[in-house]
Amino acid sequence: MSPPPLPVVLRGLAKRFVRDTSETVVALDQVSFRAEQNTLTALVGPDGAGKSTLLRILAGLVPPDAGQAEVLGLDVAAAPQAVQNRIGYMPQKFGLYEDLSVQQNLDLYADLHGVPPDQRREIYHSLLTMTALAPFTSRLAGALSGGMKQKLGLACTLVRSPDLLLLDEPTVGVDPLSRRELWDILRHLVHQQGLTVVVSTSYLDEAEFCGHTVVMHQGRVLAEGTPAEITARAAGRVFLASAANGMAARSLQAHLFRHPEVVDAVPEAGSVRVVSTSPAPPQEGLAELALQFSPTEPRFEDGFMVLFRAVAREQHSSAIVLSRPPAAPAGSISVEVRDLVRTFGSFTAVNHVSFQVKRGEIYGLLGPNGAGKSTTFRMLCGLIPATSGTLRVANADLRTARAAARARLGYVAQKFSLYGDLSVDENLDFFATAYGLRGHRKRERIDWAKEQFDLGALSSLASGSLPGGYKQRLAMAAALLHEPDILFLDEATSGADPLARREFWGRITALSEQGVTVIVTTHFMEEAEYCDRLVILDSGRALAEGSPADIRRHGQRSDGRPVTMEDAFIAIVENWRQRQEAS
Amino acid sequence: MIDALFRILALIRKELLAILKDPRSRVSVLIPPIMQCLLFGYAASYDLTNVPYALLDHDRSASSRAYVAALDGSGAFQRVATLDSASAISGQITERHAVLAVVIPPDFERLLMAGTAAPVQVIADGRNTNTAGTAQGYVSSITEAFISHWRSEHGQQASAGVTVNTRAWYNPNFETRWNMIPSLIGTITMMMTMILTAMSVAREREAGTFEQLLVTPFRPSEIMIGKAIPSMIIGTIQATSILLVAQLWFRIPFAGSYAVLYLSLFEFLAASVGIGLFLSSIARTMQQAIIGTVVIMMPFMLLSGLTTPISNMPVALQYLTCLNPLRYAISMTRQIYLENAGISQLLPEMLALLAIAAVTLPVAAWMFRNRLG
Repeated sequence: MSPPPLPVVLRGLAKRFVRDTSETVVALDQVSFRAEQNTLTALVGPDGAGKSTLLRILAGLVPPDAGQAEVLGLDVAAAPQAVQNRIGYMPQKFGLYEDLSVQQNLDLYADLHGVPPDQRREIYHSLLTMTALAPFTSRLAGALSGGMKQKLGLACTLVRSPDLLLLDEPTVGVDPLSRRELWDILRHLVHQQGLTVVVSTSYLDEAEFCGHTVVMHQGRVLAEGTPAEITARAAGRVFLASAANGMAARSLQAHLFRHPEVVDAVPEAGSVRVVSTSPAPPQEGLAELALQFSPTEPRFEDGFMVLFRAVAREQHSSAIVLSRPPAAPAGSISVEVRDLVRTFGSFTAVNHVSFQVKRGEIYGLLGPNGAGKSTTFRMLCGLIPATSGTLRVANADLRTARAAARARLGYVAQKFSLYGDLSVDENLDFFATAYGLRGHRKRERIDWAKEQFDLGALSSLASGSLPGGYKQRLAMAAALLHEPDILFLDEATSGADPLARREFWGRITALSEQGVTVIVTTHFMEEAEYCDRLVILDSGRALAEGSPADIRRHGQRSDGRPVTMEDAFIAIVENWRQRQEAS
Repeated sequence: MIDALFRILALIRKELLAILKDPRSRVSVLIPPIMQCLLFGYAASYDLTNVPYALLDHDRSASSRAYVAALDGSGAFQRVATLDSASAISGQITERHAVLAVVIPPDFERLLMAGTAAPVQVIADGRNTNTAGTAQGYVSSITEAFISHWRSEHGQQASAGVTVNTRAWYNPNFETRWNMIPSLIGTITMMMTMILTAMSVAREREAGTFEQLLVTPFRPSEIMIGKAIPSMIIGTIQATSILLVAQLWFRIPFAGSYAVLYLSLFEFLAASVGIGLFLSSIARTMQQAIIGTVVIMMPFMLLSGLTTPISNMPVALQYLTCLNPLRYAISMTRQIYLENAGISQLLPEMLALLAIAAVTLPVAAWMFRNRLG
């Protein structure tokens, strides 16, 4: 008897899309890999790498332009329905019916997939036990937390007992605790139940949970192998650097990241993690900083960045120089929040939150989706009123303040929110006028912005057709035209590739060094290292506040590695939940 | 103050660019009004042509044949059946072959000769009220004309000694189109400006650009003005295109003054944009904005006098029409277009529109301030 066919075999897969703007996007180019029976394979790469397209081809939802995809021994392009009958596919936005209960959702998917009634009891029991949703069967799906929704989506996908499970970014926007639980479930499915799983993720740290990783970038496979093999690409080249003169980690990071001998530099636990181009730490021109380098163990992200920098575009300068830095004296209070509460009906989104931000600080609001950070942020910007408590931004409450107060702040929204139909120039012109710039000064500022953000060559393009990284730059440019004292950035790095995120933080660091106060929200825990101070939010409460070092002290690790921001976050949330249960 | 002016100008420019840059929205701003205007011009007409009728001629005299020739030659009627007996009539009407049956009595010619009334019987299909009623009217007037013509030819005096000689002013041929097309200037532009205004805010809400706008120094009232003016400009362009279709395509002569027409239009657009802005402050999505506009447009049209005379409505509804800007717009455009009405004649309507705008715009501004975010 011949062995069963491999669950996934891809040969030379290619797919192109033509955008509305008639621009061709290469989603996949010569992609080949195979997934063995009973393994957990991760497709790892930044947004736009082609992960979703690949999974959609595997699920028979779109045909490839070229190449062949075999799933469970069947040619997907020839027999999509036969493949779909045997796989489980969970797209990024899974179709849960929010007005139905957990049980009703399960029943619905069991009906849709024709699961025989006599088997259901047993299947439901094992799925609900595995996902720990058993106590919540009568709760409406819409009332579940982000993590629980994803678990329910997974249970609905598994209700038909598929032979192959395809998951598209199941952990996006899910809090770190639930993320770990989801990965535990996936590993359990592979190791205990013999399922084959292909999952995509843009969180690089998650790749370490998988047996096999396929690293993708701009539609191509950069490398594949076990996480250890990818990590080994950076072996012997990773160091922790700290400056003897007490230079702030993020300033040192900005400095090192631009260095030609450096592949990657990120702030970590008060020092800077550096991946060098050679087994020796970078040296040229760094003597005056008197840096100390100590070798450290590489991790997956380091290996990824080595692969990534070999093919990624040249990095752009992230230096930024303001012609009129904010006038407020150093040390003065820019933002003050006291006892802030916001309720929506009976739901309390923000529950007695207080904090202060000084001029020139980078202040982070961290937490998973639904933690209350966006609501806090929107109240600060004056977009929604507070239920109770006081808010002062630049000595004014923006909800009631006159136009002059709003002229002192800049705002970059989570989603690109400039006018997509208008060109780069038209957008800049509009926002410049909105902020009271006119005539010569307006032209000067627009020229400055186009130069700082490298937008000159794109000025006449519709801003909606710009590549993602440039949209982000245009949004920043528009927010900085009037040289605001305070900059609000809402999830500004979500959807950006690792390089674009580092450039972004380089600019933020430069702005803060010139006295601009920056308030930023993010769900990337490691980005907290760039902040001067931050507050950790969960379920509307501020659970911890302080410098990154203060926050990190809450966490511990058994394997002796330095505590990451994510470890600390999990420790803080678990601690708080235990205390809640105890009282 | 001067900053506010520049901000508003920037917003107006941005709105117009957004509408006119996109080829699809450029087309959808100009083509539908012209198409609707053409459609209304041809489809919405009460003028009858070729109404099918059945003839039962019991007389079969020279006079009855002349009478039938008058009916057939009028252009309004088309004979679909010539019957032999009264029993055949019901079949023709019930099966909808004919809308009317005209029955000529056996002594038609004799009665005419005798100088007395000749009772021609008309049986109409009452299921089709409008057509049947109008057609009956047509038969009567054709009959009267035939009789007076017959009498003068046969040297008889007109029976009552008095003949009614009607003449319609302003619309000499009683063409529905003359009445309908000028009314469309208000109706179509109101619908389009309301959708445009409601959508322009809803689109920004959906795209997230509205919040970006709110954190800039723009005040709610400035945003409102900046949203209202572009819609009014587009509305004026649309009104002009309808005016051109009316004159160049349908050849309806414009009797009035353009200055008065555009002044009235400005007032009317301000009142309708106020309603559009009010909607936009409630609608969260473009879908809600569109549904909202369609839902409120229906009563506005019904209560405007566009298709049914206001004087036919129950008294309570007649009072309600006083709140409807479209009612005034229709009455004003008809008066200006066909009668050359001046400002003094239009004063009641102008004041009413001014009053409506003075309510809708401030209410919209208040809603804007309190429902934003």
